Amino acid sequence: MSTRPVSFTVNGRRHAIAAPAHRTLLEALRELGYVEVKCGCEKGDCGACAVLLDGKAVDSCLTLARQADGANVGTVRGLGAGGKDHPLQAAFMETGAVQCGFCIPGMIVAAKALLEEHPDPTDEEMRRGLSGNLCRCTGYTQIFAAIRRAAAVLRAEGGRP
Amino acid sequence: VTTLAERGSGTRNVPFRQIGLPLVRTDAPGKARGETRYAGDLVMPDMLHAVVVRADRPCARIVEVDARAARRSPGVASVLTAADLPDRLVVTDIPGQTGGKTRNTAQPILAKDRVRFHGEPVALVAAETLEEARDAADRVRVVYGPQPGVFTPEEALAPGAPEVEGEGNVVAAYKIRKGCVDAGFAEADVIVENTYRTQVQEQAFLEPEAGLAWVDDQGVVNIKVSTQVVEHFRAVADAVGLPHNRVHIQAMFVGGGFGGKEGMGIETMLALLALDTRRPVRLVLSREESFVNHGNRHPFTIHHRTGVKRDGRITAMQVRMTADSGAYSKLSPYVLLYATVGAPGPYRVDNLRVDSVVAATNNLPTCAFRGFGTMQACCAYEAQMDEIARVLGLEPLEVRRRNFIKTGDRNATGQVIQSAVWTERCATEALAALGPRTPDSGPVRIGRGLACYQQSYGRIRWFKDSSEAWVGVEIDGTVVVRCAVTDIGAGQSSSLAQIAAEVLGVPMERVTVYFGDAMLNPLAGTSSASRALYMSGNATKLAAEAVRRRLVERAARELGARPEEVDLGDSRAFVSEASGRGIPLDRLVKICAAEGIHRHELAIFRAPTSEGLDPETGQGEVFPDFTYGAHAAEVAVDSETGEVRVLKSVGAHDVGQAINLQAVKGQIEGSALMGQGFALSEVMLYDRGRVLTRSLSEYLVPTAEDVPEIRAIVLESRSGLGPFGAKGVGEPAFAPVAAAIANAVADAIGVRVFDLPITPEKVVRALRTASLRT
Repeated sequence: MSTRPVSFTVNGRRHAIAAPAHRTLLEALRELGYVEVKCGCEKGDCGACAVLLDGKAVDSCLTLARQADGANVGTVRGLGAGGKDHPLQAAFMETGAVQCGFCIPGMIVAAKALLEEHPDPTDEEMRRGLSGNLCRCTGYTQIFAAIRRAAAVLRAEGGRP
Repeated sequence: VTTLAERGSGTRNVPFRQIGLPLVRTDAPGKARGETRYAGDLVMPDMLHAVVVRADRPCARIVEVDARAARRSPGVASVLTAADLPDRLVVTDIPGQTGGKTRNTAQPILAKDRVRFHGEPVALVAAETLEEARDAADRVRVVYGPQPGVFTPEEALAPGAPEVEGEGNVVAAYKIRKGCVDAGFAEADVIVENTYRTQVQEQAFLEPEAGLAWVDDQGVVNIKVSTQVVEHFRAVADAVGLPHNRVHIQAMFVGGGFGGKEGMGIETMLALLALDTRRPVRLVLSREESFVNHGNRHPFTIHHRTGVKRDGRITAMQVRMTADSGAYSKLSPYVLLYATVGAPGPYRVDNLRVDSVVAATNNLPTCAFRGFGTMQACCAYEAQMDEIARVLGLEPLEVRRRNFIKTGDRNATGQVIQSAVWTERCATEALAALGPRTPDSGPVRIGRGLACYQQSYGRIRWFKDSSEAWVGVEIDGTVVVRCAVTDIGAGQSSSLAQIAAEVLGVPMERVTVYFGDAMLNPLAGTSSASRALYMSGNATKLAAEAVRRRLVERAARELGARPEEVDLGDSRAFVSEASGRGIPLDRLVKICAAEGIHRHELAIFRAPTSEGLDPETGQGEVFPDFTYGAHAAEVAVDSETGEVRVLKSVGAHDVGQAINLQAVKGQIEGSALMGQGFALSEVMLYDRGRVLTRSLSEYLVPTAEDVPEIRAIVLESRSGLGPFGAKGVGEPAFAPVAAAIANAVADAIGVRVFDLPITPEKVVRALRTASLRT
């Protein structure tokens, strides 16, 4: 099968791989060791594999590796800075938004993209922003609470989410 | 303030420092940072990738399995079919360490002469890459012949029906005979009779089944896997022909279980491939496979006939239950037993007759799922209570209040209820928390519903359940807990840390829990039956208290005080907060170490036992204890489209004692949405055994857009059998949710949908039928 060279950065680290045409970004990332990107369905139904592609949340199972050529890919592990948790990560652990945790890497990525667009999201915006990310444990109540808390922290810091 | 001494721990009279607080769970940071490794994330050098070949039809004779082409396929290291596994069966033993087999629970690892359900494993392939394994799997040729099947319990139980396993299709049947129903019905002013149906529900945990196995230099098969039950190592060993001490199962953090990772999963397949290839083998199921791999929830048909006085008092209750076990019985006998014992709910019924049966069919096997028969029973008895209220013109809570079982009463099987029963208080608080009623608007009608329940926690008494834990203090003053409990996401390991921290007077972050390893940890039993905290929490508490006693005794000598004057807190031993006389814990532990004083303890907690039920009357003690509570919901129903929207959802439960308040609320909130899915949208669809719903776009779990206003009310009677008076909550919180929502829909539209889930088309049909009648 024909492969083509693809290069992208993941959490700031540069990678050059040879990707067969059908290789998904999810497969490529997990093969590179970014196993925090979870595979829940391979069909774009659950959102567990969500990553940031140049700042936009995408399901990496529905994205071909070659579509990420030249892009900056971000995963949940790349969100913190300087040894500090990102406010979303801190809020997720503190509010009880984490139970089994399998949806969390995708959920936090989706929340990050949501807050980029809506720094102070309404209920409606939040629900829509997370509608592609399934959680079976929490009932989303504490996930919403965590995002609100993180949004307030980020607004108070005046920085980008 | 509750004190340790009041809780009967034998330790000093001090307020809780950590128990009951909403502390950050020990597992949360790793998960929020994306650092947690689940079973499917593991790799080893030289690792092979496995694929399961599954039957593409529910019922067939297997004429031939031709694996020759698959074996020649590039990269293939192993192809196994039933012919390669002579007489190998896997037995769904009562999971855990308690042993004891039930009838009819053996199942071939790979289908041999017959296929009994759609998706049944037929062959295993291991290859160098996943793609090569998939290619080879496609080359396994299975020749099928016709075989008649049965696809409903009614078909299965009909005379002359084809037998699913050749032993008759009755997997289990029970009866309860208590009092005299004939006399009870004679005494009744009104008799209400209805039939309720529940559907097959899929656990839909986010992490599909996954594991990695290898054979080590001692000949031990090591399996790291996503499971609720590491004690399956015995069944795996029996199935692959190894002694029990040569199968080492370790559960990683589990990405959701809900009962779906309680039965034997992929462990045996992994073990067989690792033994055959002598290389590490990884198997990660796709979502589509996951749908057919584990047992789903048993669908039930439940017929209620209830005699009541005009004031609502129940004089007699007669219940008939029929459930579908699918192919292979797995845990069906127990699910049916839970449903049977739970048939009358949290009500005292002196004249009770229950007849139940679970039948084998060629549908997907059903097995354990949160609520385990009891929630299906609740969907029926709570609908029936509302139907009784409607017939009598009484408030739903009023009818319930007349009948609630109380402490000291005998339940369905004659067991005397020992712990607190706060059902009425829970119901009242849940209803009050709904707040002002949302008004109807146009075609949108608002309704409210209530459901109460009784749900056991802890396993069946004649399983003689026990759990062990080891607690030790390191010489730097940190604490180690070792316990083979599996952590399936509800905070199982974190709660043990919190308990040890409380007893030993250290901050929770000074405790590390080593969990999930069936060989290196003391065995804990399953994370199922709402028992992990109850059983392992007690074992951890017992072990920590023994260590505490030794530390306190030695500290007393050091401080010139009596042991009963010494307390542990903030990593110190001290005489009193004010006196200033104390010693840091690490110094105290170093003294103990130097003097050879035991700094650790292995403790066992044994649950109360019984010898089973009288098979004729169904009388006896079945469960250790019960949790009680209520759920209330407000819904909006669009009477034109049939669409139901849940607006408010409130769970109020007496949890005995919350260990981690945040974790307890998490169980209640999560239950609210999972129960909503059961009530409104989730259903596994089959066409004569063929599974039609095999993706999360066809099987509809609630999403963020469906979330109502959810409230969790936590009440604490401190009367449970768990640590510090805790009761189980994981299943109890779920038990009443769907029933409450169904009652709310009936309240909104004035007519009941008797079979779940309540989809828009059923609402429209029910409204149309009702309007034709009037």
